[in-house]
Amino acid sequence: MMHIVKRKEMPLAQAMAIRFGIIGIALIVCGVITALMTGLNPIDVYATMIKGSFGSPRKVWILLQEVAILLCVSLALTPAFRMKFWNLGGEGQVLAGAFASAACMITLGNTVPGVLLIPIMLVAALAAGALWAAIPALFKARWDTNETLFTLMMNYVATQIVAYFVIVWEVPKGSGNIGIINQSTEAGWLPKIANNKYMLIVILAVLLTAAMYVYLTYSKQGYEISVVGESPSTARYVGIKVNKVIVRTLLISGAICGFTGLLLVSGSAHTLTTSIAGGRGFTAVMVAWLAKFNPLIMIGSSALLEFMESGAGEISTIYGLNQSFGDILTGIILFFIIGTEFFLTYRVVLSKKKEDTAHV
Amino acid sequence: MGEKQPAVRLRNISKSFGPVQANNNVSLDINRGEILALLGENGSGKTTLMNMLSGIYFPDSGSIEIDGKPASIGSPKDAFDYGIGMIHQHFKLVNVFTATENIVLGLRDKGKFDLEAAADKVRSICDAYGFDVDPHQKVYDMSVSQKQTVEIVKLLYRGAEILILDEPTAVLTPQETDKLFAVLRNMRDDGKAIIIITHKLNEVKDISDRVVVLRKGEYVGEMKTAEASTQEMTNMMVGHQVTLNIDRPDPEMKYRMERIRVSHLTVTNREGVTKLDDVSFSAYTGEILGIAGISGSGQKELLEAIAGLQPVESGSIEYNVDDNVSEQLIGMDPLKIADMGVVLSFVPEDRLGMGLVANMDLTDNMMLRSFRNGLSPLTNRSQPKHLAELVVDELEVDTPGVGTQVSKLSGGNVQKVLVGREIAAAPTVLLSAYAVRGLDVNSSYLIYDLLNRQKGNGVAVIYVGEDLDVLLELCDRILVLCGGKVSGIVDGRTTTKNEVGLMMTKLGGGEAS
Repeated sequence: MMHIVKRKEMPLAQAMAIRFGIIGIALIVCGVITALMTGLNPIDVYATMIKGSFGSPRKVWILLQEVAILLCVSLALTPAFRMKFWNLGGEGQVLAGAFASAACMITLGNTVPGVLLIPIMLVAALAAGALWAAIPALFKARWDTNETLFTLMMNYVATQIVAYFVIVWEVPKGSGNIGIINQSTEAGWLPKIANNKYMLIVILAVLLTAAMYVYLTYSKQGYEISVVGESPSTARYVGIKVNKVIVRTLLISGAICGFTGLLLVSGSAHTLTTSIAGGRGFTAVMVAWLAKFNPLIMIGSSALLEFMESGAGEISTIYGLNQSFGDILTGIILFFIIGTEFFLTYRVVLSKKKEDTAHV
Repeated sequence: MGEKQPAVRLRNISKSFGPVQANNNVSLDINRGEILALLGENGSGKTTLMNMLSGIYFPDSGSIEIDGKPASIGSPKDAFDYGIGMIHQHFKLVNVFTATENIVLGLRDKGKFDLEAAADKVRSICDAYGFDVDPHQKVYDMSVSQKQTVEIVKLLYRGAEILILDEPTAVLTPQETDKLFAVLRNMRDDGKAIIIITHKLNEVKDISDRVVVLRKGEYVGEMKTAEASTQEMTNMMVGHQVTLNIDRPDPEMKYRMERIRVSHLTVTNREGVTKLDDVSFSAYTGEILGIAGISGSGQKELLEAIAGLQPVESGSIEYNVDDNVSEQLIGMDPLKIADMGVVLSFVPEDRLGMGLVANMDLTDNMMLRSFRNGLSPLTNRSQPKHLAELVVDELEVDTPGVGTQVSKLSGGNVQKVLVGREIAAAPTVLLSAYAVRGLDVNSSYLIYDLLNRQKGNGVAVIYVGEDLDVLLELCDRILVLCGGKVSGIVDGRTTTKNEVGLMMTKLGGGEAS
């Protein structure tokens, strides 16, 4: 007979050592699977992944930018998650922000001077993201609707709105694409720093991480979020207005998603497509959970996922492997990481039931 | 083989949950034709031990023999096969089914399913032992004591020979308890082995033949009930000499004033059920007003209405600042009440789910009421940390430090943290619901002492309790609720347990008879 027993608390250093050890084991398992399934030398495959991510300064910057953007979405979801409001609408909220930014660039790009255009875009993007999150939040606060389904549905609405406007704004007509917006004037494009177009996004993400950490850990609002998340009746008991906190927190969550949409349109893609959010709204859920909603640890978890992503892309081109092979490896590694958390909290005991009774 | 084989023989049973050793090397015998009381404070491992007998947990080590044969009980089904049945504190019945349907639920008898035959068998069991059950009554129509009866009949129907009852009287009135004890005696005389888990000494004296005492997961001794006094039992249970008297200083009459006046208060819950019906009473400064009643008679709603947490249908709750000025509390939320300068402290029934945040540490829990102080958008944790240290120090909270999550503390220590915080606010009104539920003897007396000190400071204390013995010893006046109505307010010094018990059921409630 087998049963599961809760562990004594483990020292942090030991727990961290086990976590890193497990990633090592996961890499070995991935290597074996790679060798068995593709016949390639796993060491070469790993080397290719690393080269694909860090092979040149440009690749490193692209990776950093991807990490930064994923991190921003994850940070956006975190306050909601801490409140146990399962915001799965990151995708739609990012898209809303991206749409608002693109709309400003297209409609105001030739009339409003550059110094004003970006602040206008910023306000529009924050408002659009916040609105997209506030709708399910209001329903949750008022009628206790299920936020998971509601936020999820809002994603599809956002996608369809963007799809419609892509046709309205398509260039040239009939292409089904908007193309690069304001290519000649670069109106509404985020400025380069030291001639590096990636740097600004990375800096903004770092600032946002620090701000979110302070907000959640030390601010009164952050404390309210934790109380509401842990126990809404305790919150009411001490006079915290739960509904107000839900709506306020989701405004923040959505606004940061909207901000990330702005970064995508104005900072990197300079266009608008229905898939511009690229599933980050969902990947970010994983990033946030892996980091247990700690903004600082999210830097690590988002870096891991983005590294796997870019490495997977690289091996699929170099070795002509199916694109999904990288996803298989990512899945194995995540499986090990998440499984470890279980074994850090519990241990499995095989009871010696037979001997026990036999000796009596 | 001796003259009599024990029904159950436990030898060297140990069980741990993570760092907690729930049972350590416990050995004891359970005999047929005997009622055994398993006595111990909360957390002494009584329920865990019995859960191993009923197949919910499996022992880490040790052996169990049933009727002299080694037994391995891996599931509740195994336990049934050995004739062991347990009645838990929370009943496991399907509300929309009748008594009989619940009793046969899950049985796989051969042949045609015959509900009428089953009902007849239920009736014959009831007649044999003196149970009062209508086999065709739906569970949702039953009182708590009837539901408990169904649980017991369910076990007997399945042929249980060894019955374990986990704190069966916690939910019963004194009269219902007497009825339960009568059938338990019948079952004993029929040769069944009965174990009753409890920490109420009077009941142990009343019902059991033998007492086994557990302390901190270990067997500390046993005695024949007839030869032991409650004082001896307490000493064995606690491990040292304790006095069993609760202080009741006389209220300071000189400054006595009416602090809270509740008039014609009616509260309806979300489902439209009337929880409080035209309730009127006053609470005075320097007095402990007890509130008695079967659980669910409106105690929770009453306290929450005063604390500004419960929407009210009609009526008024006035808070008298002094002889001339009074404030209406209805329509206020806790924040507004505090803003008016009314310091109203509330120790709710659900400590971890309402009074505290289980996954936060002591400091953050101390901050719950005060975190808004100051203009900075950031919290200041130095004051709450200081308060946490003070409470730990003064109330002797057993914790590794103020950075420990309260969910890791034992029930008594959790309560000390909560009461400590609420009292630190220097309240003028102190509401408390089941303040000593689940607490060991020492912690309970500490809480009584704290309440008495608040009373001495002129606080109007409202104490919702379930143990009538305690209410009668502690409170100056006792308000008795029955089905949301006030069935009377009596003087705590002159009333009797019987009188209060009758008032608890007088207005009907869920009980027809």
